[in-house]
Amino acid sequence: MNIIEVKNLSKKFKGLTAVDNISFNVEKGEIFAFLGPNGAGKSTTIKMLTTLLHPTEGEMQLNGHNPVENPDEVRRSFGIVFQDPSLDDELTAYENIELHGVLYDVPRAIGRKRAEELLKLVELWDRKDDFVKTFSGGMKRRLEIARGLLHHPKILFLDEPTLGLDPQTRNHMWNYIKELNQKEGITVFFTTHYMEEADRIAGRIAIIDHGKIVASGTTQELKEKTGKASLEDAFLELTGKVIREEEAGSIDVMRMNRRMWAGKK
Amino acid sequence: MKTIYILWLRQLKRYSRSKSRIIGSLGQPLLFLLSLGYGFGPIFQKAGQGNYIQFLAPGIIGMSIIFTSIFSGIEIIWDRQFGFLKETLVAPVSRFNIMLGRTLGGATVATFQGIIVFIISVIAGFRPTSWASIPATILVMLLVALLFTALGTAIACILEDMQGFQLIMNFLVMPLFFLSGSLFPLQGSLLTIARFNPLSYGIDAFRFLLTNSSHFGLGLDIAVLSVVSLIFISIGSYLFSKIQI
Repeated sequence: MNIIEVKNLSKKFKGLTAVDNISFNVEKGEIFAFLGPNGAGKSTTIKMLTTLLHPTEGEMQLNGHNPVENPDEVRRSFGIVFQDPSLDDELTAYENIELHGVLYDVPRAIGRKRAEELLKLVELWDRKDDFVKTFSGGMKRRLEIARGLLHHPKILFLDEPTLGLDPQTRNHMWNYIKELNQKEGITVFFTTHYMEEADRIAGRIAIIDHGKIVASGTTQELKEKTGKASLEDAFLELTGKVIREEEAGSIDVMRMNRRMWAGKK
Repeated sequence: MKTIYILWLRQLKRYSRSKSRIIGSLGQPLLFLLSLGYGFGPIFQKAGQGNYIQFLAPGIIGMSIIFTSIFSGIEIIWDRQFGFLKETLVAPVSRFNIMLGRTLGGATVATFQGIIVFIISVIAGFRPTSWASIPATILVMLLVALLFTALGTAIACILEDMQGFQLIMNFLVMPLFFLSGSLFPLQGSLLTIARFNPLSYGIDAFRFLLTNSSHFGLGLDIAVLSVVSLIFISIGSYLFSKIQI
């Protein structure tokens, strides 16, 4: 059974086609990797699937619901870890989890029990009353994963979840996600730039470039198709070796300013 | 309901935890109250207008409320930048409730700020004519705060980053404050301009309740403030519902 179905999906911004008529399916219980160079359309696709952006054209179904027509049903079906942190730094770890529980209408008693389980799992239980602003990048990621799972989603979206994490944390995180996938049958949809991660973890992979899906299949199939020994080489064969430029949006500019000002203090 | 409550609570927690923000935002009203109050006091008296602190204090309360409210509304830009906005936008709750919770939270914070400035002005020599009208004054503070937090929210939905913040401060907030009759009595063309400024009605209501003097009358004040608040909340929630990231 397909838990995600995407058919002829396109997203056009002013003068730019970010996602160009893509179609793919993700089966229930699968770990699916969505790979592509910078600016290929990965995040745009995730944003459309997660109701943050409206598509220009095309059909989508998540857990049997359409993100455009039935956003709240779709929102209840997934948990997400965004590319950049989306925690409230001024709240404690536990308060962030609690707030999530209220937003997703998780009954209080159940929410408390799950929060404890999840925070213990990501090894943050003893830091639960600390402010998130005191956390390292890896700790924030772990907290976001715990938070994303609190409402028992059927699908977990991970947009470059291991960016900037050390190998220990990455390893730990993936083990945990694989376990969840096997035990709870949660479908995992992730993007990454680390090819060995996709190679090791994903059941199936789709490669997107210039808004189009250029190849999909198991890692073995992709290697055979391109006649390369590693997924990295297969990826480069499919998407070329030219370095991509990504236009900085206003948010990126602001982030840069923040870093500048933070550095001055 | 729970959504509104938890987001309201979040604003309050953020406020109460940031001591430097509380103290920092009191600096400006304090400076205005003391330097203008004591500086212009004798001139005001000579001009036959009575005690300047009595006149000025309601204006400065209004000032602290408008600054804090607009800033609370504009905070959505920070949430967008720090990513927390996304967490609320992918949650299965209505955007209207998210916006309302935030706005009520911001308005509550601004009301606190107004109450603190009121206490400071009493210490500085301000004497309300009737202490019984304090609860009503606080309600009006909340109304004014709601109005401007909703305005800040609406603005934040249009602005994508903090670059435009100076623009808003210098071309919107400052003129609203200076042209509201908060610092000097309204006369002539100034009065005409002030009629189009919602803050004028807020400050007029404070003066009515605290010093028993008013231009427009309390009824008109409350009516204008309520209607404009509703308009801004509608615009704010419409723009908020259209946010795409």
